[in-house]
Amino acid sequence: MTPSAHTAVGIVGVTKRYGDYVALRDLSLEISDNEFFTLLGPSGCGKTTLLRVIAGFEEISAGSIFLYGEDIGALPPNKRHVNTVFQQYALFPHMTVLENVLFGLRRLGVAEDNARKQGFEALELVQMSGLQDRLPAQLSGGQQQRVALARALAPRPKVLLLDEPLSALDLKLRQAVRLELKQIQHETGITFVFVTHDQEEALTISDRIAVMNEGVLQQVGESREIYESPSNSFVASFIGETNLLPVRDLRVDGARATCLLPGGVQFSFPAEGGASAGEGLLSIRPERLSLTSPQEGLLNGEVVDHIYLGTDVHVVIAVAGTLSLTARVQNDGAASIPDLGARVGVMLEAGAVRLLRN
Amino acid sequence: MSRRTNFRHFPGFMALGLLCMFLLYAPLIIVMVYSFNDSISVTRFDSVSLRWYRDVFFGLEAGKFRQATFNSLTIAIGAATVSTVIATCASIAMLRAGRFRGKLLSFPLLSLPLMVPEIVTAVATLIFFSAIGFAAGHATILVAHIVFCIPFAYLPIAARMQSIESVYEQAAQDLYASRWDSFRLILLPLLMPGIISGFLLAFIISLDDFIITNFVKGAGVETLPTAIFGAAKQGIKPNIMAISTLLLLTSIVFVSLSYMFGRVESNNKRE
Repeated sequence: MTPSAHTAVGIVGVTKRYGDYVALRDLSLEISDNEFFTLLGPSGCGKTTLLRVIAGFEEISAGSIFLYGEDIGALPPNKRHVNTVFQQYALFPHMTVLENVLFGLRRLGVAEDNARKQGFEALELVQMSGLQDRLPAQLSGGQQQRVALARALAPRPKVLLLDEPLSALDLKLRQAVRLELKQIQHETGITFVFVTHDQEEALTISDRIAVMNEGVLQQVGESREIYESPSNSFVASFIGETNLLPVRDLRVDGARATCLLPGGVQFSFPAEGGASAGEGLLSIRPERLSLTSPQEGLLNGEVVDHIYLGTDVHVVIAVAGTLSLTARVQNDGAASIPDLGARVGVMLEAGAVRLLRN
Repeated sequence: MSRRTNFRHFPGFMALGLLCMFLLYAPLIIVMVYSFNDSISVTRFDSVSLRWYRDVFFGLEAGKFRQATFNSLTIAIGAATVSTVIATCASIAMLRAGRFRGKLLSFPLLSLPLMVPEIVTAVATLIFFSAIGFAAGHATILVAHIVFCIPFAYLPIAARMQSIESVYEQAAQDLYASRWDSFRLILLPLLMPGIISGFLLAFIISLDDFIITNFVKGAGVETLPTAIFGAAKQGIKPNIMAISTLLLLTSIVFVSLSYMFGRVESNNKRE
């Protein structure tokens, strides 16, 4: 089973073991040409290992890796036409910015004239023209990050690998560089494979996201798809925030569904099709819940906590003592936010509830 | 906490310290002072002159000392060069090659010459050379020096390599450098302060060595320390003090340089 030549990176049944520890478990994935692809997961989920496997720093225990149809699984890193932006940048401290950027081109045997032209182009792309004679130690963290990017882009790799390149920057800079990265990906047309543990970063920057956990691929899809239709409870709770409710006796009847919540509370809500299932897990995003009077609510409860987020407030509601629901309410003045101890009703629209099977 | 570890609060610490310093440095200072003595006596100071320095370079024994100095320098340069190369390879194996069989044993083996009494090494080396029929001469001294210089060269090189993260070499390989290129263009330049420091240390250790050299040298082959010893056996003349002072100054310069190269690296360490 060979991926087509239009697949930038084809990963077929890749397993990576360190002794008894399995870092990647029978993982298959296709990354398309000219795509901003993100590997997302908590630390230790195997996302960085997968990146290092593509770069060639780790040998795989089983499976194969294809780069535009070519099997690269057995090639050393210097024979793979991919470049990496390292988390610690790893700029060569004894070389100037320009020498750093020209390093890859010179190793490839590109004629000096062309190499310099490409090098300056890369520096321009990351807005570092004019600093080519500095040493890395004379640059700020953000500037070093740009040079690392230019160095990896200069040889025009088929795929650019980015290992949490923004994690060392402060929040404001990170948000700015994020947009720039996306723009550079557009301009160059190079496939980007981006590793991060920051779900917000992943959602804003990616064409597609692969969510990983414990060496296993959980779900691959566009940002919207991952957020709106998580395939399991891990994805639902890792990407954004959600209320996860274990339910029994779930019955769907036309546009309405009923089920039993823990504590024996009967819950009836609008549904968009779907099949009856005995047991399952309901996922409801806090922003899809709205508050109303206790008489109108699908569920009633008591406000037990406020979590202040700035633009919004999370209102935590205890339902029937055992169950806790979080609703996100826009912070448009104190009026719309119920006081602690107040009894409120909870409303939701059709499509707000997603049933997960574990 | 700092009160408890402050040695100045121990009674008599200052006096003990001064006594140790005196015992260590007084003989050296006396040798240096008397090397400028105009008289032939080694106990009574006459007047200041450079007479014995002239004697070292142009006197009766000048030829002998010149030959011994030449031997010492060539052997020290050769031994330092070869042992530095070996020590560099050893530190790459120890710190970059991952796990290999016998790694645990390698470090004690590398540093063993630092711990084995020199006289034992000297006797063993002599017996070994005569057992394999290796004729005594310059070559035996050189081989013996290479061996005991390795740990001295290894320590600063390995210390430097420990501070260089392997991500630099990975970045080089990611940018299409072969293993050899990533060593030549990245690791070697970053390692250079450690290598220079190791070379200088090995050089001065070889230059100063007496015990092993005295055992393994052939008849008629002298290095500076053995030549000084030979001359001193016939009675101490002030020219020995002059040449010892010169040797001492050389040692101080080289050890200081080695220390400075070792320090420059830690000051320059990024992030």
